[in-house]
Amino acid sequence: MHIVVCVKQVPDWDIPPASFKVDEATRRVVPPPGVAPVPSQFDAIAVEAAMRIKDATGDAKVTIMSMGSTTARDVIKHGLAMGGDEGVLLVDDAFTDLDSNGTATVLSTAIRKLGDVDLVLTGRQAVDWDLGVTGTLIAEMLDAPVVTFARSITVNDGKVTVERVLPDAFETVEAPLPAVVTVSNELGEPRYPKLQQIMAAAKKQVNTWSAGDIGVDATALAPRLTLEALFVPQVDSKVEIMQGDTPDEQAANLAKRLHEAKLI
Amino acid sequence: MPNGVLILAEIADGEVAPITGELIGAAQRLGAGPVSAMLIGSGVEAAASKIGGVATTYVVDDPALAQYTNDGYAKAAEAVAKQADPAVVLLGQTNIGRDLAPALAYKLGTAVAMDTIAMEMKEGKLHTTRPAYGGNARAVNAFSASPAVATVRPKSQDAAAGGAAGAVEKVAFDASGIRSKVIDRKVATAEGVRLEDADVVVTGGRGLGGPENFNVIEELAHLLGGAVGASRAVADLGWRPVAEQVGLTGKVVSPTLYIAVAVSGASQHMAGCSGSKNIVAINKDPDANIFKAARFGIVGDFKNVMPALIEAVKKVKAER
Repeated sequence: MHIVVCVKQVPDWDIPPASFKVDEATRRVVPPPGVAPVPSQFDAIAVEAAMRIKDATGDAKVTIMSMGSTTARDVIKHGLAMGGDEGVLLVDDAFTDLDSNGTATVLSTAIRKLGDVDLVLTGRQAVDWDLGVTGTLIAEMLDAPVVTFARSITVNDGKVTVERVLPDAFETVEAPLPAVVTVSNELGEPRYPKLQQIMAAAKKQVNTWSAGDIGVDATALAPRLTLEALFVPQVDSKVEIMQGDTPDEQAANLAKRLHEAKLI
Repeated sequence: MPNGVLILAEIADGEVAPITGELIGAAQRLGAGPVSAMLIGSGVEAAASKIGGVATTYVVDDPALAQYTNDGYAKAAEAVAKQADPAVVLLGQTNIGRDLAPALAYKLGTAVAMDTIAMEMKEGKLHTTRPAYGGNARAVNAFSASPAVATVRPKSQDAAAGGAAGAVEKVAFDASGIRSKVIDRKVATAEGVRLEDADVVVTGGRGLGGPENFNVIEELAHLLGGAVGASRAVADLGWRPVAEQVGLTGKVVSPTLYIAVAVSGASQHMAGCSGSKNIVAINKDPDANIFKAARFGIVGDFKNVMPALIEAVKKVKAER
């Protein structure tokens, strides 16, 4: 079977909140100096999900696909080091600042160009915009069923069986292939490639496609949703730290203040 | 000419779920025309009379819709939206809403703004505000497609103040072509107070060091009649069940009192608890981000502070 995993390269999300900065004029995040972009967290877990299916079935081909700037090649390489077989890098000026609809149009068009794709995996949401939309849009565009928030995925007999994580329940859903599944962190940690695998990844094939290569034109990418503003909400820190020489004193003060505030 | 706001009503145990009232409230305040509701499921028609504050409730009632599936509900919602022709469609950022909204938006040839916390009409176009970058930022979006579809974060909007139920209009639905099937469901509710409804939440973070140290969290929560929460790190490590996870990808809570113990306060966690009216932080790191959002704090080791706090709270309660 053929699995495509869509991985997005994003500014490093694992930075202290105090280091997070936005340029309001350009509506862009300003990463801290020297901090390289990374694969979106849930997308890396989607690659792990693909590897587990490949391990279980023994004969799956996994394509790592990313739309972005040329640096997105790094996230493809990482996916290949985890065990992916081939990469597709989608780069074009026309692909910058697309909304979810535009992004899904590019990805689904590239997936259709690959042909014979049985399963598309994405993270449940990109850790920059946190929308959780693109996977479902890809499914709509490919006219395939979508199952979201997977914590486990198994494939057999032309069907995918997904255990979904809901706030108060686990739900098992079955869908016929071809299908799209979005992956949640409950699936587990992505495997860490060994040096040998990282070196082998450098020899694996990565195709770079432009808008012309996949046959998508600007009108199909016209925005339906525009970004009007991006800002960091101001928080006035007015915390009252409890005084006290001992934890007993601090705790007693806290209980007293909470009682005074009618909270206990 | 698209007009009015259509909201997705949700039912829980036969009763109208709180999100429904919040969506109706938000819809009324938009001033974008009459507000109507859509009710989708099997055997749900009777609940239509319980949905107040709307002009019309569109009902799609079919056995094929007894369980939520993306295929089934997206087609049903599409049928209603094409009949109602609204300018805005609102769903809750709930299990159903967050899964359904993108598919519905695509079928209607439009875009969706997810997990909004504020919205307004400006020059006839919907503008929405939503958290982004793990809760670190706020993004404001405007729609250049119609209708505007948006999901609303639970408890971010005030509920409508009752009102009369709307006229019921049944909408036809083609049940063929539902491709996915729910084959099992295991409910995983925590015992006691439901996290989203609790007035007091006591959350433990990775700094507790291990699952056994949650005993002080449980004890304080029990003492205050509240619920136990967990950071994502704690849930991922398997110390506490996923159902207790508070955060951007877990539960979003807004209790009167939120006590965070050994929680650093990473943005994705704050995204889940910043709606709390009062945050108390107990952490041995004075620079922990959690203190920026807290009203009260103790800089100290939970191992010493928590037993002392439990005793102090018991004393205060005994003296009342």
